[in-house]
Amino acid sequence: MSTKVRERTKGGVGESLRRVDGAPKVKGQFLYGSDLWAEDMLWGFTVRSPHPHARIRAIDISQALTYPGVHAALVAADVPGKKTYGLEIVDQPVLAWERVRYQGEPVALVAAADLETAKRAAERIKVDYEVLPAVADMEQALRRGAPRVHDHGNVLKHIHIEHGNPDVRADLWVDGYYETGMQDQAILGPESGMAVPAEDGGVDLYVATQWLHVDQEQVAPCLDLPKEKVRLHLAGVGGAFGSREDVSMHIHACMLALRTGRSVKMVYSREESFFGHVHRHPARIWMRHGASRDGKLICVRVRMVIDGGAYASSSPAVITNASTFAAGPYEVPNVLIDGTAVFTNNPPCGAMRGFGAVQACFGYEAQMDKLAARVGIDPVELRLRNALSTGSVLPTGQVIRGSAPVREVIRRCAALPLPPQPVERDPITYPGGAGNVSRGERLRQGTGFAIGYKNIAYSAGFDDSAEARVKLFAGAGGPVAEVHSAAAEVGQGVHTVLVQIAREELGIDQVTLHPPDTMVGSAGSSSASRQTMMSGGAVQLACRAVRDQLFERVRQWARTRGLTLAGELRIMGADVVTDGRRLAPVVDFLEQPVVATRVYHHRKTTPMDERGQGDVHVTFAFAAQRAVVEVDEELGLVRVVQVACVQDVGHALNPQSVYGQIEGGTAQGLGLAVMEEIQIKDGRVLNPSFTDYLIPTILDMPPVVSELVEEPEPGVPFGAKGVGEPSTVVSTAAIAAALRAATGRELNRVPVRPDDLIGLEPPRKSSGPPPAVKGVA
Amino acid sequence: MIIRLKVNGEWRQADVWPGASLLHVLREHLGLVGSKNACEQGECGSCSVWLDGDLVCSCLVLAAQAHEREVQTVESLAEGPRLHPVQEAFLEAGAVQCGFCTPGLIVAVADLLQHDPAPSELTIREALAGNLCRCTGYAKIIDAVKLAAQKMGNA
Repeated sequence: MSTKVRERTKGGVGESLRRVDGAPKVKGQFLYGSDLWAEDMLWGFTVRSPHPHARIRAIDISQALTYPGVHAALVAADVPGKKTYGLEIVDQPVLAWERVRYQGEPVALVAAADLETAKRAAERIKVDYEVLPAVADMEQALRRGAPRVHDHGNVLKHIHIEHGNPDVRADLWVDGYYETGMQDQAILGPESGMAVPAEDGGVDLYVATQWLHVDQEQVAPCLDLPKEKVRLHLAGVGGAFGSREDVSMHIHACMLALRTGRSVKMVYSREESFFGHVHRHPARIWMRHGASRDGKLICVRVRMVIDGGAYASSSPAVITNASTFAAGPYEVPNVLIDGTAVFTNNPPCGAMRGFGAVQACFGYEAQMDKLAARVGIDPVELRLRNALSTGSVLPTGQVIRGSAPVREVIRRCAALPLPPQPVERDPITYPGGAGNVSRGERLRQGTGFAIGYKNIAYSAGFDDSAEARVKLFAGAGGPVAEVHSAAAEVGQGVHTVLVQIAREELGIDQVTLHPPDTMVGSAGSSSASRQTMMSGGAVQLACRAVRDQLFERVRQWARTRGLTLAGELRIMGADVVTDGRRLAPVVDFLEQPVVATRVYHHRKTTPMDERGQGDVHVTFAFAAQRAVVEVDEELGLVRVVQVACVQDVGHALNPQSVYGQIEGGTAQGLGLAVMEEIQIKDGRVLNPSFTDYLIPTILDMPPVVSELVEEPEPGVPFGAKGVGEPSTVVSTAAIAAALRAATGRELNRVPVRPDDLIGLEPPRKSSGPPPAVKGVA
Repeated sequence: MIIRLKVNGEWRQADVWPGASLLHVLREHLGLVGSKNACEQGECGSCSVWLDGDLVCSCLVLAAQAHEREVQTVESLAEGPRLHPVQEAFLEAGAVQCGFCTPGLIVAVADLLQHDPAPSELTIREALAGNLCRCTGYAKIIDAVKLAAQKMGNA
């Protein structure tokens, strides 16, 4: 009973544990939504509007219904319950009736024996459209007399933040106008899932999603079923980045399954995927920064308009976020920020990694560089002079109580080694070198610097929580803990972190995961960089409750044997120990399993008042990046040579995964900086394919040199901040700054195009003064 | 039409629509879903397989073209629980996130290392330029290739 026991749990918190889903993924055995299969299953297909705006006069499905192999064809009238759904505003039709408001809006469904048959039958559905003029421009949408996308007008959400005296005088002012394009999440695994009708009249939906319970809440009313009869299960998720926050094929597949009594699988094609999820909002931003002669910010005034497209999605939250971050991670005593999300007949926009903070950062960091030039100091020095720190007051009046190592992040990033200048170069390393178009004659290098920040978890008074259930039982090889959480593993590694946390808390080696489903309470969304904190927190609480119950059994056992347990009880591997001595095997106390379910809540936030004041965000994560680029002055081609990044992470629970998030997030920021844009003309998408919508390849990505600042966040499990978004927030701004340094051009729009870089296209000009809403200038 | 092909060492047969791709046959007729369908245009490499030993995008090959030929997919690489060194390296280097691009990349990397057992970083980048990954930013994929080359060199 007195063997020495080892001190640390293997595979606990802080280790770069291998992914728990890694082996099946490298073997090709991991089942994504698109890989599901059932005996006798049918394939579902969606008929979509070819028009951005039209009245539906009639839909004739008769030709489809009689097509051989077809089992069902459904229209809006077949929606069993509520006809609309939505994350924040319930405004999106399950299937359009009377009007379609964007190109690609679903109007009818077909189920058939195979996908090819379903597609051919879908071509036989005749929709009689009366084409209407489209509201294709976000500023025009706000002008008087613009056609209305919805009867209630084109203003989706307006945010007004006023702090201090925005009419204050300053020694000097810099002005800027900025635009960002519409970015796609470009998830490699398309929208997919399978609905299986159940004997109780309900349905089981296996789906690739970010938040099972919010899907359930939207799906059930549309099917006219109680929530408990709509059971959701997580299918393998091939990337998310915000694109799976909204419902896609969920309700459609369930409708077809309930109608036919058969399992129905739906998988979007790549083209359909571009129409099947929301995108990052295009933004137009007017900024005016006032400062003292020595570069201390005195006032920031911002007007921002973002294009929400045809339906609300999460636009209200995105414009709230964009507005609260519009002044940047700086102390600014006087602020006026007006943000508006508008309805247009463009594709709906919503969540994408960075959630409004990306567009804001592109604007405010360009302004900071302009200001540095104006004051005549180094851009890094200007940022250090104005950086937020713990105790700083934000434009919302919120005081930062947690860690805010902004100056350390800036200093360490600026000090990272620059890339070596190669003596000899392979021609493939020239900008555009893979296309063999350049010998590298007219190359210019530039270096840019940017910092930014992002809120972690949900804000503005949202009741944000996560549940987890932990069961400790006697397995064949010793004690096993099973973690049941609905947290969606979307690639970010949350399942691995949950296992690490359970190991750390319980001190046992064997931890398994129950498949995520709606049979446990909501975990909230795998978004807003929140799952490590929220579901991690829930697993921590549940493990502690399990441990307490187990130790109660141990104490009872000790009492019955007349043993006194003076020291603290602990679990180590397979044993209960006290004072470094083994007491008994854990399984001896597990004749009945120990189970505990716990809910984690983060600290409460408050909504903003009418002046935009409130304790809006839970906590913040900061990042700085320095980008080095090379531009071919004749061809306007770009190579990003290096990105250096320092990120404030609180505490890295799985360092390798954290670096992976930084590198991947940087790639998406690079994409928005130099290549990624959904091109829209008169409401129509021009490039819905990976041939025409370009995302960074391995040849486009430079080495990303990154370091972590670990200053634990107080009051948060393990002091860990979320890590998914900050690098995406800053990298677009850093790369744009580097391109300005290389070319000397203004470059006020991303993605930057070759024509912008060689001056064929002048800087974007605002079409007029910033459009006002509700009498606000 | 009936096609016959040798997949991962075993002769298989499928009754397919003449327009079907090799990828479609592998996934929908033969139950081999390791090869992924992500772009349908040969842009992303997620469906990479070997056809008579040559690396191809199976979405760009007609099933009929594979008639009486030999196909090897990602499923052929591991021997039971024993992973192929490239698979092992991907896990060790942290090169897997959502994993949707991973099977295609594993096949492409195994192919690269067959032809060049110690590729330079530039060679690696050039060889994998046809494989899109949206999660990782590719840094750890490059690490994984180098690690796999080491593992295989020492084997």
